[in-house]
Amino acid sequence: MLKPMDTQYGFIGNRSHDPYVAGRDTLSKEEQDGECIFETVGEVTSPDPIISVRNCNVFYGDNQAINNVTLDVGRNEVISLIGPSGCGKSTFIRCLNRMNDTIEGARVEGDIRLDGEPIYAKEVDPVLLRARVGMVFQKPNPFPKSVYENVAYGARIHGLARSRAELDEIVFSSLERAGLYAEVKSRMDEPGTSLSGGQQQRLCIARTIAVNPEVILMDEPCSALDPIATAKIEDLIEELRQNFSIAIVTHSMQQAARVSQRTAYFHMGQLVEVGATDTVFTNPIHRLTEDYVTGRIG
Amino acid sequence: MSEESPSNSALRSSVETRKRVEASLGARYRRENRFRFFGLLAVLVSVSFVAFFFVSIISQGYTAFTQTYIQVDVYFDPDVVSPDGSRAPDVLSQVNYSRLIKDGLGSMFPEVSGRKPKQLLNRLVSNGAIYELRDRVMAEPDIIGSRESLWFLADDEIDAWFKQYSRGDDADGAARLGDAQIGWLRQLVAQGRLEQRFNTVFFTSGDSRDPEMAGIWAAAKGSFFMLVVCMSIAFPLGVAASIYLEEFAPRNRWVDLIEVNINNLAAVPSIVFGLLGLAVFINFLSLPRSAPLVGGLVLALMTLPTIIIASRSAITAVPPSIREAALGIGASPVQAVVHHVLPLAMPGMLTGAILGIARALGETAPLLMIGMVAFIVEAPQTPLDPSSALPVQIYLWADSPERAFAERTAAAIMVLLAFLLVMNATAVWLRSKYERRW
Repeated sequence: MLKPMDTQYGFIGNRSHDPYVAGRDTLSKEEQDGECIFETVGEVTSPDPIISVRNCNVFYGDNQAINNVTLDVGRNEVISLIGPSGCGKSTFIRCLNRMNDTIEGARVEGDIRLDGEPIYAKEVDPVLLRARVGMVFQKPNPFPKSVYENVAYGARIHGLARSRAELDEIVFSSLERAGLYAEVKSRMDEPGTSLSGGQQQRLCIARTIAVNPEVILMDEPCSALDPIATAKIEDLIEELRQNFSIAIVTHSMQQAARVSQRTAYFHMGQLVEVGATDTVFTNPIHRLTEDYVTGRIG
Repeated sequence: MSEESPSNSALRSSVETRKRVEASLGARYRRENRFRFFGLLAVLVSVSFVAFFFVSIISQGYTAFTQTYIQVDVYFDPDVVSPDGSRAPDVLSQVNYSRLIKDGLGSMFPEVSGRKPKQLLNRLVSNGAIYELRDRVMAEPDIIGSRESLWFLADDEIDAWFKQYSRGDDADGAARLGDAQIGWLRQLVAQGRLEQRFNTVFFTSGDSRDPEMAGIWAAAKGSFFMLVVCMSIAFPLGVAASIYLEEFAPRNRWVDLIEVNINNLAAVPSIVFGLLGLAVFINFLSLPRSAPLVGGLVLALMTLPTIIIASRSAITAVPPSIREAALGIGASPVQAVVHHVLPLAMPGMLTGAILGIARALGETAPLLMIGMVAFIVEAPQTPLDPSSALPVQIYLWADSPERAFAERTAAAIMVLLAFLLVMNATAVWLRSKYERRW
């Protein structure tokens, strides 16, 4: 169970003057294991948030996976979520489009708003929400259908195209924006699963943007890809930022540094630090963040 | 006892390790060879049982696919067929056609006299011949007054004799025929009036007391109706139940209870389902006895657990990433299942369904309970007509005293096995054709 740290370590109680572990060279075992409550340091809010999360807690049965996280995702920004394995990054972004609803025994508490509307309110339809908040998964998961059908599927089920020509337009422009059109224009009828791993992941991105969401969640989109495919996806993320807000979970700190404007560091289900990406990587406030970005833990 | 402590002896040199490994290798390989030998032996034993089974069935049954025909010169005597010159169907259907055959045989063997020998002579031809004659005359009444050489089904004993005779076996010794009959038969053979033809009767007619007129058509049609009823009930129900249980049902004690019961139902003896069908469908719902509809319902109950289990494992085999992908772009849970999970699970579901149906096709016991064991000549026109089924037909024929039914039993088993092989092959083909890699 989580317990407040003794005040002498400066997390709870005297946060007003010393929110981080100033002047200490070592972390206690409780801190490393996350068995204490951290006060998030840095700028959790955004001047123009599209998603704002306040005091979010997630439970899987009796296990608490996310503990009191408050964070904004800004409009047209890329925010990367980093942290060691099992720290709750993926769980957190799955709250943002209610994918955790599909997991038996998962319970989400707290106030999560998309453009000011609470997404966990009773009247909100998760199907509509997921059309507004798209998701790209860790492993490329194209449908075992043709390339064309993969991209067209979202538009079809949401009734976005009124004619075949409109559907073609949506499919081709989405593939174009995903940087895949030139590679697959002669292979529209081949199964999506026949593409290479990197192409499959861009196909999944094209499938997501075909629905024209406001936010795209990416859960380690490059972890199954080689460096060249990764570079392509990273370039793509930079372009997509013009039109979408993106939250990306990544294990690669270099990737976070390359693609994101803000970075949030998670540790054992808690949000430890948020800030501008270069600040977090070059001048972190919290000792745990520093240890992680310098490779001492993780 | 050596002075060495156990921990010291464990710290052996690499040379010592190598020695010990080498020493143990022989025993290891021997064990492996023994294991392989027993595995091979088990396979050989099972294969030889299957081979024995097939050889015995085929060697007993292949003769049933031919049938002996006997040529008789028939004079459509106007005095017998229509003494008053009328050609109305109700008159022609009442004629004593056996007279025509008696007269025909009599003219071929004029030396036969006396009541008993004449009776024996008439028995060369099957009882079914008179119906053939009647149909012929009623179809073309102009034939009356003419003479014609017609081929008729031979009696089953004659058939057995001629089959053995043409194979060169000791036909006379094995036959249950008198010397006089064998003499006539030899005469007929010499005149080329006995002939073996493909046994179309076996495939086109229903059951009969006379083996040469008995066929599997009525039983096959009954089985077909039953399978249609069974499939059209068990497959949608099974698929719907498995989708609900896998994709939508909450995890709680009730669902666990249902799952345990489904698994148990799959192992319930089929005769219990027959009793259930008797109680529910016939006694309570008053559906007709012996009807393929009831048989199909009972078989549907019986195959339902099998289909549910197979469908559930097919659904489980669909990777969750496909569901997530669909849900992630805003498909509703039902859309995710119908558009993505179901098409991917369908080959597995169909395979399970076909194997369940194949089992249902061969099932006899529950059909006995609902009265499908009756002697039924007419092929059913609808699933509500009284009918028999292939395995029941086999059971009935296996019980019949006439020798000719033995070969027909084996032949019917071969037909049933052919159906089963076709169904299993379809299952394999479906699986390989639609199996996807993710």
